Amino acid sequence: MTKEDVRKSVLDIIASIAPDEDLSGIDGDAPLKEQAGLDSMDFLDIVMELRKRYSIDVPEGEYMELVSLNSSVNYLAPKMENI
Amino acid sequence: MYDRIVITGIGLTAPNGNNLEEYRKSLIEGRSGVQNFNVRYMGDVLAGVCDFQATKHQSRKEIRRGTRAGSISIYCANEALNDSALAFETTDKSMVGVYLGITEHGNVETENEVYNISQYGYDVKYWTHHHNPRTVANNPAGEVTLNLGITGPHYTLGGACAAGNIGLIHGAQMLRMREVDVALAGGVSESIHTFGIFASFKSQGALATHDDPTKASRPFDKARNGIVVSEGGCIYVLERLDDALKRGAKIYGELAGYAIGSDAYDFVLPSPEGQARCMRLALKKAKIAPSDIDILSTHATATPMGDVQECKALKEVFGDSKGVYVNNTKSFIGHAMGAAGALELAGNIPSFKDSMVHPTINVDNLDEECNIMNLVLNKPLQVDNIQYILNNSFGMLGINSAVIIKKYDE
Repeated sequence: MTKEDVRKSVLDIIASIAPDEDLSGIDGDAPLKEQAGLDSMDFLDIVMELRKRYSIDVPEGEYMELVSLNSSVNYLAPKMENI
Repeated sequence: MYDRIVITGIGLTAPNGNNLEEYRKSLIEGRSGVQNFNVRYMGDVLAGVCDFQATKHQSRKEIRRGTRAGSISIYCANEALNDSALAFETTDKSMVGVYLGITEHGNVETENEVYNISQYGYDVKYWTHHHNPRTVANNPAGEVTLNLGITGPHYTLGGACAAGNIGLIHGAQMLRMREVDVALAGGVSESIHTFGIFASFKSQGALATHDDPTKASRPFDKARNGIVVSEGGCIYVLERLDDALKRGAKIYGELAGYAIGSDAYDFVLPSPEGQARCMRLALKKAKIAPSDIDILSTHATATPMGDVQECKALKEVFGDSKGVYVNNTKSFIGHAMGAAGALELAGNIPSFKDSMVHPTINVDNLDEECNIMNLVLNKPLQVDNIQYILNNSFGMLGINSAVIIKKYDE
């Protein structure tokens, strides 16, 4: 996957978790929490979807890597490059 | 002297109506809500399915995170509050209680998760973190408090298929104890979304079958062959009469009496003695005679034995009194389990106004063992006046409940 594909994949997961939110104007550097109205259970949903869809396990100590869209893409891109 | 308790709002979803007006119209016009329904591992079964619009009172995210029982409860609670015209924004939310009867809860979510991890080699790391908040027994009532910002007490009451009546009774008790000023009380069920309930009734030889789904639920008919499982919900706004009068509320009826008892007899088989004891106690609490009852809303689920047992109990208490009109709502909507008692009562409440008695449908050949009192069969009956309704609701492990609602006289 290219970085752009990873970005699309992450946005797709967030859209499924926050179906009422408009994600079109999301600021890639700002925290997702406020922008997409996500709480801790939602972040666990993101982790679960990454596991189910791409067999990627995000260790608890690395959850902070998913704080923004850009940090998520940077963190996930190496793990998804062979997908 | 107990406070007088009145019903000031009704919110419901049934397989044949998503508010009292629609539901009542279906009961008068003989419209069933039973259809073919696909269930995991079992294929098509017959079920009563609700089509209320969940997004009317919930965001899509709330629906995704919560449970079907939660959605049913939220829909019914909001509809009931709107119907009551209570100024909810200025109501003290710490004095509102949510008391919901359930037959069971959590089977749907557990079955879904077991199926989910089966797709991943039963590796439990794929088990959802939502499982516990979805399956705790207070979930349906708790989701209502989250949705409406209610900070008073909330919990469910596990009463098998007697639970709908029990939710209502408990709400009245909490009002009388001054624990709350407003009770959202009734019953809900999402059980059609679990294969286990169908499979268990099938193994027990108690699951209805019929070529025409709308004819499958047929209490009192000779050819009845079991239960049609349904989903649904019905929540009442209950208030003390003084409070209702103070705000000029519309009053649907007054709780005249109630009773809950146990057979102490069998896990599954009902006991006419226990049922009769329960109805007698409700009549005693209401301080009325059996002949004062105008409508007897039966529990009968269309199992060959259960219907006869209830009819024996009715004969025992009411004799052959032709002044008591007997009907059954399950013949239209199937057995809505934890919602049944509350829904079946609601369908009869408009009789206080229109003096119509809705029938039991699908009775082509009346079972002589069920030929009791004044059965209203297949078409509605216009009568002079309805003053008292007695609503029966019984469940497994021998739990019996009866509620008597009186027409409110100003």
